[in-house]
Amino acid sequence: MPEPSINQNANTGALPNFRNLGIILRILVIVDGMCLAAALLRTGEPLAITEELIALSAVVQPILMLSVLLLAAANNWLHRLPYLYAIAVLLALELAVTTAVYFFGLSVFKGMGAIGNYWIFTVLVTGVLIGYFDLRGRALSPALTEARLQALQARIRPHFLFNSINAVLSLVRQDPRRAEQVLEDLADLFRVLMADNRQLTQITREIELAKQYLGIEQLRLGERLQVEWDIAELPRDALIPPLVLQPLLENAVYHGIEPRTQPGTISIRIYHDRDQIHVLLRNPYRREGEHHPGNRMALANIRERLALHFDAEASIKSTATDDAYQVQIVIPYRRESL
Amino acid sequence: MIPAQPLRVLIVDDEAPARSRLRDLLADCALRMPLEIAGEAENGRRALAMLPACEADVVLLDIRMPEMDGLEVAQHIQKLDEPPTVIFTTAYDAYALKAFEVHAVDYLLKPIRLGRLFDALSRARNITPLRLDMLRELKPDPRANLAVNERGRIRLIPVGDIIFLKAELKYVTVRTAEREFLLEESLARLEQEFLGRFVRIHRNCLVAKGAIRGFERATAADGEGHWAVVLDSIPDKLAVSRRQQHIVREFGKLL
Repeated sequence: MPEPSINQNANTGALPNFRNLGIILRILVIVDGMCLAAALLRTGEPLAITEELIALSAVVQPILMLSVLLLAAANNWLHRLPYLYAIAVLLALELAVTTAVYFFGLSVFKGMGAIGNYWIFTVLVTGVLIGYFDLRGRALSPALTEARLQALQARIRPHFLFNSINAVLSLVRQDPRRAEQVLEDLADLFRVLMADNRQLTQITREIELAKQYLGIEQLRLGERLQVEWDIAELPRDALIPPLVLQPLLENAVYHGIEPRTQPGTISIRIYHDRDQIHVLLRNPYRREGEHHPGNRMALANIRERLALHFDAEASIKSTATDDAYQVQIVIPYRRESL
Repeated sequence: MIPAQPLRVLIVDDEAPARSRLRDLLADCALRMPLEIAGEAENGRRALAMLPACEADVVLLDIRMPEMDGLEVAQHIQKLDEPPTVIFTTAYDAYALKAFEVHAVDYLLKPIRLGRLFDALSRARNITPLRLDMLRELKPDPRANLAVNERGRIRLIPVGDIIFLKAELKYVTVRTAEREFLLEESLARLEQEFLGRFVRIHRNCLVAKGAIRGFERATAADGEGHWAVVLDSIPDKLAVSRRQQHIVREFGKLL
């Protein structure tokens, strides 16, 4: 898939991305589920199932592992083929793998059935999987996915807008140049907020936006707001869903800085570790038994957007200690052009 | 009619730009009416310390402020002998605004318009003072401090410092480790507001749960035995009434 589309796992009439962890997991679960069903059907007796399952697995698991590896390797090439042609290739590939494992198995086990049965089982399983991913692709069709992303578009707190305008108004007489600059930043921020945010964006752009946002808050809060960036290890070509950082920073300011009279520090650390980008955000926080529905809503929103973009490969979790609140996001490292 | 005496205005907002904006607007208003800035405070505690020495007639009070919000500050201000008129300022607070409309409380929406500010200030001397019970309704969560009027000034007592509250004839005695204060509020209301923090040991007495060291047997003046609360930081012993004896069991701290 050459373009950084949101639909890594959601194309109608196209194969799924065999390198996506979520897709691989689904394949494993479905095939093993079918094995269990086959074992049940063939014995009909609960006690004999284990034996039957082991015998079946001895053949199916090697086929499954080999297939997953081959498909991941051939993923880009398969996606360049027309859909029907790709399915034919896929079936041929699976039958070849089955045949190879069968003949290897003949030399190890006794009492393997006729090869025809294995072929039928292979075609059946492959067909079910192709059908499942086709249906899933339709359910997550670009139109639907994008509609959901549109609905999930990050929303800024009205509180922030009105306070910021009030702050800019105070600058107009005393420091017109600064007022101009803040209005420009505000315009940039709202341009992104109102833009079509369905595509991944460069992480450097997202960071710049976060800095513009924090600059506006700095104007209001003065030295009460301290910010620490640790982004030296950041891969500059990484992609991220837009408006992931800003809503989290807005939460950090609202719940971590504004309730304090003393200065507080928000720290942001972004780094990459093998194929993953980690984002760590910390802010001071006083636990008082009060809950923040607004906060959880922002987190739920981001969690759902990450899932639509990256499926099971991304995660977001938050932890609160007695004096700090931390959000950790992990997303796969996607580059500008794969 | 515009009064001859200049109207003195105290600005209370935690954000410097918001205060500076109000200063500018008040300067504009001063061209059309006699007006003086009595002072500026960046939080509620500071504002209460400045009152009444700064002799403000009007307080422009931000609602969302750290540590003590405007609604709590307004409650404490009402303890002054001659409380100034409070005009709330807020950027966005759907809940409070609805309540303000209901109770006809004056408020200004940020960004504040010159015309609205001028109108509010012109009316300020005729505005009906805020009522304490109405402010409580606006802010149902417990206050962080109690306030008493001491020789005309507001004295704040952090609720966490209170050891016990005892109802006297007209007042409630508030006891902290250092001293006691007289408060003009009802014990029943206080019990309701700070539910969970205090326990009622007697018809006229609430004790902070955290301040209880234990219970011991004592003999009353009429020779009858009863339980008494022994406290951590002060030597006072408080009688537990017959009706409240179950709390001795619940705490289980016999001495």
